[in-house]
Amino acid sequence: MALKPTWLVALAFVLATTGGALAQSPATTPGTQAAADSDADKMLEKYREMISDPMSNPGYLAVDTGELLWATARGPNNVSLETCDLGKGPGVVDGAYAEMPRWFADAGRVMDAESRILWCMENIQGLDTTALRKKPFASSGGNPATEIEALVAFVANKSSGMTYEAKMEHPEEQRMVKLGEALFYRRSSINDFSCQTCHGQAGQRIRLQNLPFFDDPKAAQATMGTWPTYRVSQASLRTMQHRIYDCYWQMRMPTVGYASDVTIALAAYLTKKAEGGTIEVPSIKR
Amino acid sequence: MIVRLLAAAAAVLIVSPALAVDAKTGSVAKPAASDVTVTPEEVEKAVAAAWKNLPEDLAARVEQDETMKVCSLTRNQPSEAQAAAIMARERKTIVHPEGGSFMGDWKMGEKLSLSGYGGRMGDDPKRANGGNCYACHQLAPSEISYGTLGPSLLGYGKLKGHDLPAQKEVYERIYNAQSVYACSNMPRFGHNGFLTIDQIKDAVAFLLDPESPVNK
Ligand code: HEC
Ligand code: HEC
Repeated sequence: MALKPTWLVALAFVLATTGGALAQSPATTPGTQAAADSDADKMLEKYREMISDPMSNPGYLAVDTGELLWATARGPNNVSLETCDLGKGPGVVDGAYAEMPRWFADAGRVMDAESRILWCMENIQGLDTTALRKKPFASSGGNPATEIEALVAFVANKSSGMTYEAKMEHPEEQRMVKLGEALFYRRSSINDFSCQTCHGQAGQRIRLQNLPFFDDPKAAQATMGTWPTYRVSQASLRTMQHRIYDCYWQMRMPTVGYASDVTIALAAYLTKKAEGGTIEVPSIKR
Repeated sequence: MIVRLLAAAAAVLIVSPALAVDAKTGSVAKPAASDVTVTPEEVEKAVAAAWKNLPEDLAARVEQDETMKVCSLTRNQPSEAQAAAIMARERKTIVHPEGGSFMGDWKMGEKLSLSGYGGRMGDDPKRANGGNCYACHQLAPSEISYGTLGPSLLGYGKLKGHDLPAQKEVYERIYNAQSVYACSNMPRFGHNGFLTIDQIKDAVAFLLDPESPVNK
């Protein structure tokens, strides 16, 4: 895992120029938020131009870390994750992410990449994942990806360039899609929001931010095929689990259970909508 | 291993009683997509498992009231009867300010329209919540960072006037949007205790006061 030094330059650039401005709270005086947003967009554009070499996308640092973690013998059983079955047989990583979430008979559960990798860490390596489950996401601001973020980045990257083929044919997979659909419309908390509130119509904006409308297959594909992503505003690699956590945070909900059926069901529902879309990960987003 | 398989099969039987399981092989007949259903009880079970061991105030955020339930199940398309029931119920929740005036300070109203602060995990409950009106509405023409989830309210006061009945109508709308529009996507700010009565008065002033930039 030879790291090119360019990511460091890129990261420094992000932190120095855009990170701070983007992390601002939305509560600002009139006009300044719009200016900050368009500045951020310009920065992002520049930043994208700068990184024509995919190996300089800071998200690849997590991929490399994940690759190393995957192959390292760890835990009480002192074995690597190389026998972990991600759905295509023990040890097969290529293309596995493109077929997740999926039903795993050994666990008796439909799982996304996060929950499956955690399961392998527990059941193959014998690791105690309690602490990781408690703090699964790196704090914003250029901190290294957590173990699980790195492992997901690695596994997802091994499906980059492929198309989503999460067929959701198993009855339990179909059930998760239906559960996700019901959850998408479930209103709650002190703002009465559901996912539908913000993602229920094409072409909507919240402040200046465009909101994806998942009933449009093109939008669903473009969205789901680009996670995990390196989020410039947080200077961190982020997974779909984090995006759903983040949206529930905006909805004023208490913190949603990490790798809970709720998060997996929503991911299953949205992934089904993105079927056939191309996976290009890790991507870079604002 | 056998135990696990049996457990898995049993789980399938329990959660999806409609599925036909071959007793000999244990294999499940592949159903058409429409065969698989998830009941509201199953949804709530998953919700309860995803938000566990919460203090009372946070647990209350996860639970749905009757209006949320109906709006969720009908995907915000309630029947006429359901809509009438929602509006009647929500109307009863409205608390009017004392003193007869519904209009506060438009400058404060502008501030809270721009602020999306409050109510999120980690937010300081001692700091004032914002109404975040700009997240969804165009208001003053100078603010170009506005969302489109709700209608434009540019020049709203010129349209509505600012006499007492207009003030009262707008106050009630912000206090509880669903008293007028069942399953509105707009938060029930007063009913949910997200904004105070004084804050709602300030928002009314921002919308209706002839001095407010909304009406310039
Ligand atoms: C209060 C508004 C709001 C609600 C409610 C909301 N979201 Fe979001 N969502 C956003 C915003 C804002 C973004 C970020 C868009 C961007 O960065 O361009 C976003 C982004 C996303 C993305 C990634 C989009 C992309 O382009 O990569 C996904 C997936 C998503 N939301 C799913 C959900 C789900 C699932 C729910 C319900 C659990 C939900 N959202 C509820 C506002 C919301
Ligand atoms: C999450 C989105 C959202 C937020 C935040 C929001 N609104 Fe709304 N608002 C809507 C939608 C959608 C409608 C249209 C449906 C309805 O009339 O209820 C609406 C309608 C209205 C109307 C009625 C307009 C008419 O047709 O006469 C007023 C007045 C209004 N909003 C004021 C406000 C104010 C003031 C705030 C902030 C304190 C606010 N809204 C915050 C979504 C929102």
